[in-house]
Amino acid sequence: MKIRIEKSLAPKRSSQIIVPILATVLSLFFCALFFVATGRDPLDVYSAMFGGALGSGYGVSETLVKTIPLALCGLGVAIAFRMQLWNIGAEGQFYMGAVAATWVPLHFPDLPAFVMLPAMMVAGAIGGGLWGLLAGWLKAKWLVSELISTLMMNYIAILWANYLVYGAWKDPNGHNFPLSAPFPKAALLPTFGDTRVHFGIVFVVILAVILYFIFKKSKWGYKTMVIGSNATAARYIGIDIKKQILLVMFISGAIAGFAGMVEVSGIVGKLQPGISPGYGYTAIIVAWLGRLHPAAIIVVAFLFAIIQVGGFMIQTMGIPSATATMLQGAILFFVVGSEILTNYELKIADKEETKHE
Amino acid sequence: MLSKWGKAILCTVLAGSVLLAGCGGGGAKKDAAKPQGKIKVAFVHNGSVNDGGWTNSHSNGRLQLLKDNKNVEAVYVENVGDGADAERVINQLASQGNKIIFACSFGYMDSMLNVAKKYPDTVFMHCSGYKTAPNMGNYFGRIYQARYLTGMVAGKQTKTNLIGYVAAFPIPEVVRGINAFTLGVRAVNPNAKVKVIWTNTWYDPAKEKQAGLTVLDAGADVLTQHQDTVGPQIAAQERGKYSIGYHMDMSKAAPKAVLTSAVWNWGPFYERVVKQVQDGTWKSGAIWEGMKDNVVDIAPYGPMVPEETKKLVDAAKKDIISGKLNPFAGEIKDQTGKVRVAKGQALGDADLLKMDWFVEGVDGTISK
Repeated sequence: MKIRIEKSLAPKRSSQIIVPILATVLSLFFCALFFVATGRDPLDVYSAMFGGALGSGYGVSETLVKTIPLALCGLGVAIAFRMQLWNIGAEGQFYMGAVAATWVPLHFPDLPAFVMLPAMMVAGAIGGGLWGLLAGWLKAKWLVSELISTLMMNYIAILWANYLVYGAWKDPNGHNFPLSAPFPKAALLPTFGDTRVHFGIVFVVILAVILYFIFKKSKWGYKTMVIGSNATAARYIGIDIKKQILLVMFISGAIAGFAGMVEVSGIVGKLQPGISPGYGYTAIIVAWLGRLHPAAIIVVAFLFAIIQVGGFMIQTMGIPSATATMLQGAILFFVVGSEILTNYELKIADKEETKHE
Repeated sequence: MLSKWGKAILCTVLAGSVLLAGCGGGGAKKDAAKPQGKIKVAFVHNGSVNDGGWTNSHSNGRLQLLKDNKNVEAVYVENVGDGADAERVINQLASQGNKIIFACSFGYMDSMLNVAKKYPDTVFMHCSGYKTAPNMGNYFGRIYQARYLTGMVAGKQTKTNLIGYVAAFPIPEVVRGINAFTLGVRAVNPNAKVKVIWTNTWYDPAKEKQAGLTVLDAGADVLTQHQDTVGPQIAAQERGKYSIGYHMDMSKAAPKAVLTSAVWNWGPFYERVVKQVQDGTWKSGAIWEGMKDNVVDIAPYGPMVPEETKKLVDAAKKDIISGKLNPFAGEIKDQTGKVRVAKGQALGDADLLKMDWFVEGVDGTISK
């Protein structure tokens, strides 16, 4: 008797959902071993972690605050990933969106909110979109790997934002600290109650619904998937791949840029260095673990928000900050590793069959 | 051992079920069993407590506080970004019953102010900013005094009359340090110049080292820095040149290179603030202490520093402590040769706190 691994032609839907959840649980178990090995009670650690993130109204609200940029950036990169366009540049597009959105209240501080906020949203989306489009153009025109160009352009975008807050956009009343002037009230997204959960959460849901229909129901959504799975076939049936690359990179960047607008308008209230602790990079994992499904991306973004928010909480127990990163890495490792169980099947072959090999 | 593994399994199942349910678990453990009378103190850091630089110096202050004051319980949270995270972390520390919270990055200023409004009975102390509230003070140290003294050491030591300065970002704190250092250099060696190289990072060991090598290869023979790692010190040692550390005594990282270091000494300060809160005498305000108050100092000299230099610098240190010597007393010219501070005058704190120009002798630019 021999065990063989065969690629499964039609992965079961149930296993696609159950296996990642089991893998996540397994990764928590794996990290629990680490806590035990370092002399800590994992029960204490996890209860502090999940309790900090979910155990109070405040914790839940802050976890939602953290979910918003992760989910938006995750949705943004998912569009590109579906076409096998490796947009690693959500971080930079996020910053470009934040910069473009900041331009509006700094130059037109007296606009009423109903003009200001839409203008900032459009500016943020265009800022991030153009930054994505630039990489898309390089890809379409010169076949420059978007993997490299988007990654490199992240550094440029972050330094560009720094350049502005250290220079032209520095608040004249800010004692020469690298902060822009605070936004006027009209440029701040409304929040719910006395929490910091802002209107961005509504955009997350709306965007996910739109993307769901685009991915599942629209011709264009199907087209981009065909390009992703077989570019040659796509060319045969007459799809203009270059045009699609430009379009998809623009939309992908626009969503990340929109996320940047939402963060400066909903949370920070000004432009400053370090507005993103790597949301654009974490979003890549979020999109991947969510298997590019809009609803799943929101769920995974929420899970990662729990880990990040809870990760700070366990530090007061004397656990280093790297623990949250370790847990994220472990989840990715186990979920990606477990794909073998969803995409492949174990076949038990008898002896006669193996003789023929 | 078995019970530990059992716990691990139990906890995994539990954590998993929390995930599946997608809603709240038990909440953080209550500290009901704590002995009465101990004051809970929390620290928020932007870097890692082992960075060998800024955060490390504050962490040492916390450890000294714990050692000397037995009625204190102290926790810290490290690697907290200036964006959305800061406000939540400070808020949660306040809600956990910490009575004093020290926030050690200027980027936390507005976040801390927001939380301070919600917790009027908690004392908030923000390092290196400028905003205050009835229950929020700010604090910083006059490290420029130590910078001036280390500048004198460098000015005496240099043969090529070119000193390198690896610096993070052109914020007033960094600019002030560069100016004080340069004034110290030029006080003993009017021909020397200080070449500034910006790294645009606080913490990047490889990049900071590379920046150091670049200035050394351009002819500098003493290297100092305003960063959070010992990268520049290692660069100096590799090239067989000298260096001056910052934040902490960096002689361990590069014993052959380090002449001395401009160091923070937060322990006594933290002890004082905690004592004031315990005694009920704490008042909000802006605290900016210096060498006199033992918040800043210079580290012991390396063996290569000549006796003559030591005597000179020690005398200047005494004068700074007594108030006779002020590094920012006139006459001071800027890079263009224009007199910025006339003879007999001195820069006030307000000017120092927003400093955005270089003194004569600095080779570098501040982006505007």
